[in-house]
Parts: sequence; C-alpha cells; structure tokens
Amino acid sequence: MAKKECVTKCKGESSMLRNRRGELQIGEPKSPVSTHHESTQDSSKDNRLSEGDDQSSNGTLAQYDHNVYSPNNETQSTVYFLVVVLLSFSTRFYKIKEPPHVCWDETHFGKMGSYYINRTFFFDVHPPLGKMLIGLAGYMTGYDGTYPFLKPGDKYEHHNYWGMRGFCASLGSCLPPFAYLTVLDLSQSSTAALISAAMLVFDTGCITISQYILLDPILMFFIMGSVLCMVKFNLQISRPFSAPWWLWLVLTGVNLSGALGVKFVGLFVILLVGLNTTWDLWRLLGDLDLSLVDFGKHFLSRVFGLIILPLFFYVTIFAVHFVVLNKSGPGDGFFSSAFQSRLIGNNLHNASMPEYLAYGSTITVKNLRIAGGYLHSHWHLYPEGVGAKQQQVTAYLHKDYNNLWLVHRPNDSNGEPDLVRHGDVIRLEHKETTRNLHSHRHEAPLTKKHFQVTGYGINGTGDPNDLWQVEVCGGRKGDLIKVLRSKVRFLHRATGCVLNSSGKTLPKWGWEQVEVTCSPYLKETPNSQWSIEDHINTKLPNISLAVLKPHFIEILLESHIVMIRGNSGLKPKDNEMNSKPWHWPVNYQGLRFSGVNETEYRVYLLGNPVIWWLNLLSLGLYLVMVAAASLALHRGVQLDKRRIERCRVLREGGGLLLLGWLLHYVPFYTMGRILYYHHYFPAMLFSSMLTGITLDTLLQSADLVLDPPYSYWLFKGGKAMLFLTILYSFYLFNPLSYGMRGPLAHDPASTMAGLKWMDSWEF
Amino acid sequence: MVISSATADPQNRLSRGTMLSSIKLPIVIRAEINLVLVVLTALGVFSRLYGIHFPKAVVFDEVYYGQFVSLYMKRVFFIDESGPPLGHMILAFGAYIGGFDGNFIWNRIGAEYSSNVPVWSLRLIPALAGSLSVPLCYILVVELGYSHLTALGATLLFLMENSLIVQSRFMLLESVLIFFLLLAVVSYLRFHNSQSSSPWRLVWLLLTGVTCACAVGVKYMGLFTYLLLLGLAAVHMWQLIGDRALSNSVILVQVLTRFLALVVLPLLLYLGFFYVHLTLLYRSGPHDQMMSSAFQASLEGGLARITQGQPLEMAYGSQVTLRSVSSKPIPCWLHSHKANYPIRYENGRGSSHQQQVTCYPFKDVNNWWIIKDPGRQDLVVSSPPRPVRHGDVVQLLHGMTSRFLNTHDVAAPMSPHAQEVSGYIDFNVSMPAQNLWKVDIANRETEQEVWKTILSEVRLVHVKTSAVLKLSGSALPEWGFRQLEVVGDKIYKGYQPTGVWNVEEHRYGRSQEQKERELELHSPTHIDINRNLTFMAKFLELQWRMLTVKQETSEHKYSSSPLDWITMDTNIAYWLHHTGNAQIHLMGNLVTWSLGNLALMGYLLLFLSYLLRRRRKIEDIPEDTWRQLLLAGVVCAGGWAVNYLPFFMMEKTLFLYHYLPALTFQILLIPVVLEHVHTHVLRCTSHRRALHGAVLAGLSSVYLTFWKFSPLTYGHPELSAEQLDSLRWKDSWDVLFRRH
Repeated sequence: MAKKECVTKCKGESSMLRNRRGELQIGEPKSPVSTHHESTQDSSKDNRLSEGDDQSSNGTLAQYDHNVYSPNNETQSTVYFLVVVLLSFSTRFYKIKEPPHVCWDETHFGKMGSYYINRTFFFDVHPPLGKMLIGLAGYMTGYDGTYPFLKPGDKYEHHNYWGMRGFCASLGSCLPPFAYLTVLDLSQSSTAALISAAMLVFDTGCITISQYILLDPILMFFIMGSVLCMVKFNLQISRPFSAPWWLWLVLTGVNLSGALGVKFVGLFVILLVGLNTTWDLWRLLGDLDLSLVDFGKHFLSRVFGLIILPLFFYVTIFAVHFVVLNKSGPGDGFFSSAFQSRLIGNNLHNASMPEYLAYGSTITVKNLRIAGGYLHSHWHLYPEGVGAKQQQVTAYLHKDYNNLWLVHRPNDSNGEPDLVRHGDVIRLEHKETTRNLHSHRHEAPLTKKHFQVTGYGINGTGDPNDLWQVEVCGGRKGDLIKVLRSKVRFLHRATGCVLNSSGKTLPKWGWEQVEVTCSPYLKETPNSQWSIEDHINTKLPNISLAVLKPHFIEILLESHIVMIRGNSGLKPKDNEMNSKPWHWPVNYQGLRFSGVNETEYRVYLLGNPVIWWLNLLSLGLYLVMVAAASLALHRGVQLDKRRIERCRVLREGGGLLLLGWLLHYVPFYTMGRILYYHHYFPAMLFSSMLTGITLDTLLQSADLVLDPPYSYWLFKGGKAMLFLTILYSFYLFNPLSYGMRGPLAHDPASTMAGLKWMDSWEF
Repeated sequence: MVISSATADPQNRLSRGTMLSSIKLPIVIRAEINLVLVVLTALGVFSRLYGIHFPKAVVFDEVYYGQFVSLYMKRVFFIDESGPPLGHMILAFGAYIGGFDGNFIWNRIGAEYSSNVPVWSLRLIPALAGSLSVPLCYILVVELGYSHLTALGATLLFLMENSLIVQSRFMLLESVLIFFLLLAVVSYLRFHNSQSSSPWRLVWLLLTGVTCACAVGVKYMGLFTYLLLLGLAAVHMWQLIGDRALSNSVILVQVLTRFLALVVLPLLLYLGFFYVHLTLLYRSGPHDQMMSSAFQASLEGGLARITQGQPLEMAYGSQVTLRSVSSKPIPCWLHSHKANYPIRYENGRGSSHQQQVTCYPFKDVNNWWIIKDPGRQDLVVSSPPRPVRHGDVVQLLHGMTSRFLNTHDVAAPMSPHAQEVSGYIDFNVSMPAQNLWKVDIANRETEQEVWKTILSEVRLVHVKTSAVLKLSGSALPEWGFRQLEVVGDKIYKGYQPTGVWNVEEHRYGRSQEQKERELELHSPTHIDINRNLTFMAKFLELQWRMLTVKQETSEHKYSSSPLDWITMDTNIAYWLHHTGNAQIHLMGNLVTWSLGNLALMGYLLLFLSYLLRRRRKIEDIPEDTWRQLLLAGVVCAGGWAVNYLPFFMMEKTLFLYHYLPALTFQILLIPVVLEHVHTHVLRCTSHRRALHGAVLAGLSSVYLTFWKFSPLTYGHPELSAEQLDSLRWKDSWDVLFRRH
C-alpha cells in the first residue's frame, strides 16, 4: 500500500515537472493577438512573470514543446492557410459544369435569378438577397435570363449557367478558410484550425451543396462570415473604438444582414451574435473602471453596428428588390390591390373601371387581411361530416376565374345598373357555378365558433340565407361603395354574422385554400373586411382609378407576412418519406441532386460519413471533456498553466461553437414545416469547427496518460492518422459529389460497391 | 406546521400551572399560525367540496375521463394518448370507493347520471386535491422565506380563484396535477432549507421524487415543473460541488443520493404506474386494434380468444390472415373480394382489370389466405407439416375466391409510381401469372428461421420484380369501397412498417374441396397454447403508441390559443341546465388574473434593475434578500413560464384549463412582490400605508368578483338573463342564456 502511494506520488512529481515545462511555452509571447486574452486573467499574468526566469534556462526544451503543440508562428499558419484556400477552391471548382442539366432546386433558384434579369415580379418564401446575387452573377457572366428552368434534368444546352454555379462555388469555397481563421483565433492552435478546415474541405456534402445554383452556399458564406468577424471583433477587446475594432464590428453587422437577407435561418446566427454581444456587454458593465458613459458608448456603438446598420442593409435589399421587379408576374395575387397597381402588366396598373359598385356587375372580392386572398368557390362540396354537404367557399391567393361573383338584388337577377349603397341587401352569385353565397347555423370546418359559408341554390334561386347586407366601414346609410377604396363588410341577414376569412388553411379536401366563415363576433378586424378589386359592368363608364400608392414600409411588412405564412404553409405531405432532424447528424439519408437510374449521371448530396460520424463522436467527447474540465476548475484542482489555457479554450471557444451548433440545429425540432437534409449544413459547419478544437485538445492531453516524449509521438501520430483517415474517406466517397455512372451501389460491379454502409442511402 | 403544534402542546399544559401570564404570548402566536392554516384548509375544503354532487349530470370533460373510469371498472384495456395512466387510475379509485360498476354511457355533456353512478365519490378526489392545495400554497410561500401574512395573502387569492374552484369540483385532472406540483415544490424547498443533519431531509428529498413522478404520471404537463425542479436541484448541487471544504466522497454521496431520488426513483415509479395499469386492465376492448398482435394476444378475451392454441409454425397449406404491422392510417388485414379494378381510372390511366387486393380494417372471411407450395397442387397441410422458412418461395391463394396474390408492371391506382397488386386467375388472356413471393422474415434470428404466427414480421418480396408488398397509406375511391390500397413497391428501402406483415389468425387447412374450405374458413379457430409478452415489452409498445398516435388537431368550440389565456379572453361553458339558465363556466377571477400579470411585470422590472445595479456594485438590498427574491422568481415566475410558454409550440387542441398550473404559480408571485416592495422599496411610512390600503382594496375587489361570479362557478343560484348579461365583462366571453 505504502509502495503504491509512493509510486503515485513520484509520478505526480514528475508530472509536476513536466507541467512546469509546459507552463513555459505559454509564457512566451506568441503573437500580439493572444496576449490580451491573458490580460483578462490577472492571476495568470502574475504567474507568468514569476516563471520568467526559468524560461531562459530551459529555453530549448520549451521551444520543443511549443513547436509540437501549437506551432503558431506566423509563417506556418500562413502556409497552412494558403493550402486550405487552394484545396478548397480546387475541390469546389472541379467538374463545376457537370452535369450540364438542371439539378434539384436549381429549378427554383435559377428560375428566380432569371426573374430578376427579366424584372418579373414573383413570390418566394425566402428574402430576396440570395436570388438577387444569383441573378447578378448570371447577368455579369452573360446569361440572358431566357432559360425556363422548368424541371430538374432539363439540359442547359447553349445557355450560360456556369457563371451562376461558379459564383455559388466561390462563396462555398470560402467556408473552409473562414473556419480555419475562426478556429485559429478561438484556440490559438493551428492544429485545431487545420483539422476543422480539413473536415470541411473533404466533406462531400459541403462540396456538393456548394457546386450548384442554390441559396445554401450564399447563406453559409454569410453565416461563417458573421462568426469570423465576431471572433475577430472579440479579439479587439483591449483596443475599443480603434479602427480594426470598428471594422470588425461593422463587418459583423453587414454579414448578419446578408445572412438574414438570404434565408430566415440567418436569424439563428443573429441570435448567436446577440448572445455573444450580451455577454460582452455584461462583462463591460461589471468592469467598475469603466464609467457609465463609456459603457453607454460601448452599448450604443453595438446597437449601431449590430442592429441599426444590418436593419438598414436588410431594408435596402428589399428596396432594390421592389425597384428591380416592376413587371407583373406569378406572385401578384399574394399581395394587396394597392401593391399590385405598381406592377406593369397587372390589370390594376393604371386600372380603369366603373367607380362605384353597381347591381349586375361582375366583381372580385378581396379580404383585407394581409395576404388575405379572394373570395372563391368551385365545383366541390364540403365533405361528409363538415357542416352541410354544400359547395365549398374559400379564400384563394391566386387570380382565377372562380373568383368572379355577380352582384344581384335579393329577388330578380336583372334590372337597371343601379348603384349599391350602404345598408342594401344583396345576393352574391358565383359566376362559374351559379350558386349563391350562403351561410347557416352549422359549425365552420376549422373555426368551430363561427358558422359555415357555402354556395347554395342554382341559377339565382335560393333561400333567405343567401341574403347579405353590405356596409361600408365607417359609412352611413346611403353611402356609395367605392371600388378598391372602400372597406366593406357583408352581414348575413338571417343570423347576423359577418363574412370573415380566418386565415387557416383547409385540409386536402379544400385544396389547401383558406377557410371562409361567418363570424358572430362583430368586432371590426381586417379578417372581416373586404374590398372590391375587379369590377366589370358593361353598362357603366370606365373611369381611370389612381389607387393609393402603398408606402414602402407597408409593402415591406406585407411581403414579410406573406413570406412567413408561406413558410409555415409548407407542410409535409402525408405519404412522403420525411426527413427528420435526428436523421441529420447521423447522416441517415441524403438527397438526390441528379439522376435516379443506373443509366443516368448521378449526384447524391450526402456528407462524407467518416467526417460526419467523427463530428458526432466529437460532440459527445466534447461534452465529457468540458464537464471534466469545469468540474476540476470548480473543485479547485491544482492545474498547471498550459492545462488551464486548454480548459479556457475548451470552455469559451468550444462553448461558443457548441452554442452555434445548438442554435442552428435544435430549433428545427419545433418547426412544423417540411424539413430537408440540407437544413443541417449550417449546423454542420459549427460541429466541424468544434471537432477541430475537441480533437486537438484531446491529442494534446495525451500527456495525462503518457510521459514525454511518448505523448508527443502520440500527438503527432494521432494527428497524422486523422488527416490520413479524412483523405482516404474522401478518396472513397468523392464520386458522390463528382458524379457516378453505371450500376447502383448494391451491385458488386458498381464503382461504389461496398460503400453503401447504411440501407437508407440511395446511391 | 403539525410538528410545531405538537411541541407547543406540552408547553401549553405546563404554562397553565405556573407562569400563566408571561408565557402565554408566544404560545398564542404559535397557535394562531396553526389556526390560520386550519381555517384556510377548512375554507378550502368548504369551497371545493360544498355540494359537489350537483349538478347530477355529465360536466364537460367528465364525458372524456368517465369512459376511462368505466373501462377501469370493467377492467377493459384502452389507450389514452392524452396522458399517462396515474390520473385515470386516481379517478377510477374514486369510482372504486363509491362502488361504481362502470355501467354508464359517456356520450354527451349534460346527460343526467343514472342512479348507479356515485357522483359524489367520483368527484371527491379531485375536490380533495384542490382543497389541500390551499394549505400547500401557504407553506410554499413560507418556505420561500416570506412572512406568514404574505402566505395568508397568497392563500386567500388562491382560495378565491373561481377557475381553480370549478376545475376542482368535477371529475377532472388539473386539480390533482396542481396538488402534486405544489407538493413537489414544497418538499424540495423543505429539503433545501432543512439542516444537513436533519433526518427529515432525506424524507423530503424522496417525497420530491415521488410527487414529481406523480405529477408527470397524471399529465405529461407535469414534466415542465419536474424539469424546473431538476434545474434548480442541479444549480444547488453545483454550488455544493464548489464548496471546497467538503471532501470528494461526501460530495459523491450527495450527488448520488439526489440522482437516485430525483431521477431514478421517478423513473421507476413511472414504470410502476404502467405496471399497475396493465395489471388492472387485462380484458380486451375497443382499442385493441391499435396494438400489435402479440400485445392483443396477451389480453383476455380479445385476440387471445381467437388465437389461443393456433399452430405456431407456418406450413404449406396453412390458412392465415395477414395483418399489416403498420397501424397507420388504421390497422388492417390483407384482403380481396369479388370486384375488379376498373378498366380505366378517372384520370384516364388503365388498369389490369384483375381482382382487387386491398387492406381492410375489419375482421372478415375475405381476409383469409392460403399458403401454397408453388411446386405442388394440394392445399392441405401434410403430416407431418412442412414448415415455411425464411427465404422460401410461396404462392398466396385467396381463400374465398381462389385468386393468387399477384403483382405486375401496371401502375397502382392511387400510387402510380408503385405496382398494382391483384388477385390473379389464369383465364388464358395475355397477362401472365406473376404470383411467386419470397418470404423474408425481418426480425429473424437465424437464416433458417421458421415463419411463426404473430411473432414473425414478414416482408413478401415479389420474385420477378423484387417489389415488396406494401400498404401505400392512401384509400381507394368508391369503386374500391374506400378500403386501403396495397401496392408492390420496387424502391422499398430499409425497414418500413408499411411493408411488413404478420400472421394473426392461423390454422392448418384440412379441406381440399373449395366448398368445404369455405365452410372451414367461416368456422373459428381453436387449439391451445399460451404466449406472454414481458412487462417491459408491453410498456414500451404502449408508451410508443401513446406518443405516436395522431391526435386530432381540429378546433373545438371552446378551444383557445395561449395568447387568449393571460388576459382571459376566453371561457368554457361546462354545463347548462337543460331547461333553466343555471350554468357552470370555467372562468377565472379577472381581478386576480390582472393582478398576477401586474405582479409578473413588477417582478421582472425589480429583477432587472437589481441585476444591473448589482453588476455596478450598487447594493440596494442585502445579499440574503436578493437570494430570496431570486429563489421566489425561479419558483413562481419560472413555474409560470415553464407551464405556459411551451404551449406556444404545441399543435394540439388547447383549452383554457391548460393555463391553470401556470396561473397557480403566478398567483403566488403577487404577495411575494408586494412584500418585497413593502419592506425594501417603500421607505416612507405614508407610502407603506398607501400600499396597505391598496392591498385591502385589491383583496376586497377580488372577493367581490369571486362572489359575483360564484353563481357561474357553483351553478347555483340560477340567474336571470339580464344578470347573466351583466356578467359578460368581455365581448369574447360566451355566456349562454335562454330567452323565455
């Protein structure tokens, strides 16, 4: 027993010795960048000063340590960086023109790029920056916007598509260098940085997603740009309000607006930067040397750089979007009448129609709720069990002949073209099906507190439930009803309820159109207000109507509500095999970019499984390591300087990246919309950077179990093994990105034979 | 409280003799505290239990819980996806005390109870839980470190909360949930506050674990508060770990104890609830079909009756019904009938015009298929039977129509990317037979495994096209009698439950002649063997089904969105007298709700200002007070947040009563904030006096509101239409009245 004790004690002493040597290399000034981290820890500074003497005596050994663990001299990291840049660009641009046909979502984003070149208005659920940049890249490289991008698999032929792909690829190529710089700044270890960069450079998924006309490389560029600038900004801690401090602050802001301008996923990185800034401000607030005025300056400069400036850029993006797209196109119906009147070619542009609503007119009725849709009916009945089995009445966002209604007096269907007045009782007949707009005391299909609205009767005959009283909001009895400009309510005579659009999407039987109900709650809301949009009456003179031009802020708000609604409207279909968030980190199933059969050229978006599974493993490893480190610090275990520094990197640098991963991954669990595999890629970037730090720290901690020099050998050997594994896995899986032909992987004759490690992979 | 009174008593007796006047004072104070609590409890019991047998009719969700109570009484198995079984079992216990036989049809809100329903004892347990929550509120506030006066205030507000009273007085689960939540928090605080040497400490810790498990066992919602407590415990533990005066082993013991009591114990108890549930419910019932065949076979009288004594191993000549392992959209059996696919579908595509093969969700003689050896003609099992193994190629013959199960390169009716499956008979037309299927046992242990009844999950792989027989999930239109479509899927990947089948009913065929065979198919099977699932297997299956059963998300007439709850823009009509205007509504005390919101905002304001000022080292309040405020915030404001905010992310149908646990915590925050403002913010006496006045005014308006709305809470007395109309304080409230 005693002997055993002695042994451990002796061992402890030797490790103490070793640790002291370890401390020395920290004591050396490495780069100007690293010093101010240490200046925040006063105690560590003192230690370092006291160790100063040993440094000269033990110099050579310390130098040796230093070179092994963190070869952080400028030239070496520059060389590494250049290698990363070179490899990154060459892997992304290799075979960029193949396949020469439309792949996967290129059909959407290429098409939208063309819309910008043609200046046609369209609607998309994402903000416009990404598509605008694609359009611009196409325009600059001589693409004329004439290619229709009809469906995946269509040949490009003579059209200039490589410019757009090249643009996306060059942004995608920036990701590994960004990761390298970020991790280098976070960990001060070029090994960690190199591991992170290698994970991204040789990941088949990152390569594939960067090579096509997609929003993802643009989005990821801005996300990584924000993170890099934020980390650089954090490093300027000791020099507030200096030129580089401002530069990185402003650049962070610019990148944030870029990220949000491409996809709403950019919100997650804004959250990350926001949390980081809050933490930073909290630290400043606790610094009693700083006066409140100085703190106020810090606070306001961040508000300017990270809120006002990005907001300004973001709004500018939309302003450009609306200025560029001035022709009527497929997205008109989603927007209000006032907005549509801006678009050249729309029927409301310089519209001319009878000014006041009259009996006998053919009209369309639009709900005033933002993106409210037209009152619509069609040849389909409500299904069994949903109120009365009569014809459906819905609200529909697209322009369609089924949106047309005829205005009649209660009894006869013809007569003089008299004007309709406030308080008049009318009957609305659906032009296509000749049914009357009807309501009765049955529950509405979705909003159970409201009554059902149906189409009833035929050729004008109906019952008293078909009668509606027209009222102008804020009007008096006898007021005329202005087309386009009056807000109108339709009160049901028999039940006293008011025609209302709930904004809820009907299930499949209702063609996923919007529910229309009759609400017994008479409160005036946009949901129950309507406007007359088209108005056709041959017996009345047409008058040119200048519709009130909407304010830019209104348009902005409107388009956002439409986008958000569109996003949440993308519900998964029942029978489709859906991608679930837990699939993603395990690389469970990829996406077919091009080709299905044996004869076709196939590209399959799937992460390099070795890299992805390494990432997954590292996440677990990181949690264990950071828990151990925190526990040791919290219990006050005596640690040497170098290990304290590793703990700091693990907790702060790693913590930031883990937070980034969580923010870009966890929210997907709460999303009801349809999810795809490629949604994980931003999170994967953070995960790879975290892996760099984790594995580097792990390898450096080899001296916990081995004495030097064996621990150095283990470190070097481990590093070499890691890089070789990554390279070899890339050699195996690169056809996923660069194209496969011939038989599928389950066939032994295939080039990918034996590589289908999971049944769920489809290559 | 009970302990302190016990110690006070002997002192009391002593004092009478000797120093009567001098010792009287402290004892009186102690006795007063007890008395307050006793009085409050009595008021709680009175307000919650008074006349709970009225109305003698089904009130709102009683219609839902009642059916489960009946099923417990009849020991019939059911699945309720809304929550774990403890809550239902507690309600059923009330029924058990009252001697309910379970004979009542729970189909309509407002239906009169028949005489065999013990209304009083059915409603007793929730009412008792609601009453006992009253003193728990008091203790909780005291344990948070606030004065008895504050505790009294909190309890009074809780007592006079109409919505909590209504929810306690009927056979509903929220009051039971709230009781367990409060008890869990109280016992954890007791544990945290007591001296580390006290033997009671461990008891409180264990009680925390037990009540947490009970809360989660009543409703999944209890999970939120459980997680909050776990978080609090983790923070306290982290502080303990940081105490460097303690040795590592002491800390290890502490950590382990807490882990066992707060994580392992609740987990075991949760399993225990299911064990009791499954032990109680051993008879088959209406929800059988949602479970796997093996599960059903474990229930008495269900599938067990049919399958008891079936031969275990498939043999050539076996007559079987094949059930799809997937129960989405509904469980069904492979089926065929004398109807062909239409020559042309509505959209103009053509079909093979062969006999339809579908999946049918009801037991039917047309679900029977015969396993045939392609190499032989006979359809009877030889002796000894030749077993069918994994990898064997078989034909499946439909028992009643003698068509072979067949698939070919014709697009399926609803899923054109997949192959049509049909019943084939050779009429010498151009279409060849493609009726060979390979048996692929998905859950095999050896490559030579024999196909077993119920236990084996089998893929039927078409030999020629390697398509897999699969349920597509769509329903056929009118011509297919709305039965479910079955297809051959060529791009079938991995394990999908829709492509896996198991044999449910099975017997060895004996009759070679078609007529005899039809008779045989109509007759029930009976031979005898026993099959048992372990408890864990049953638990896992049941839990998985409960979590994955698709809930109806359609809107209810009284459903509401979480945003409506904070301001109480919505109410629920629970009951309306079938002739008169007497009615019961779930409707809160609007004054209390508003005060709660104000208190919450006040707390946040106080918290933020203290937080920022402390960061600048400006100490407005002593460290202890700050800690106290923080703990109160975590319990009350945190309790409110965890019980409220998650509802924004839920897609199920939500009702006002989901807000009640959050409301409970919010109410407790009101006096806590007031006391803090009183002692630490208001410095001048006149301000304090103004606060006293405001508190009195607030309490009296709470009381007046409570009294005004009590007719809608107790359903008595009946109000006139005008009176009812005057109670409609918000336009969005639905108050019903009949005009005479």
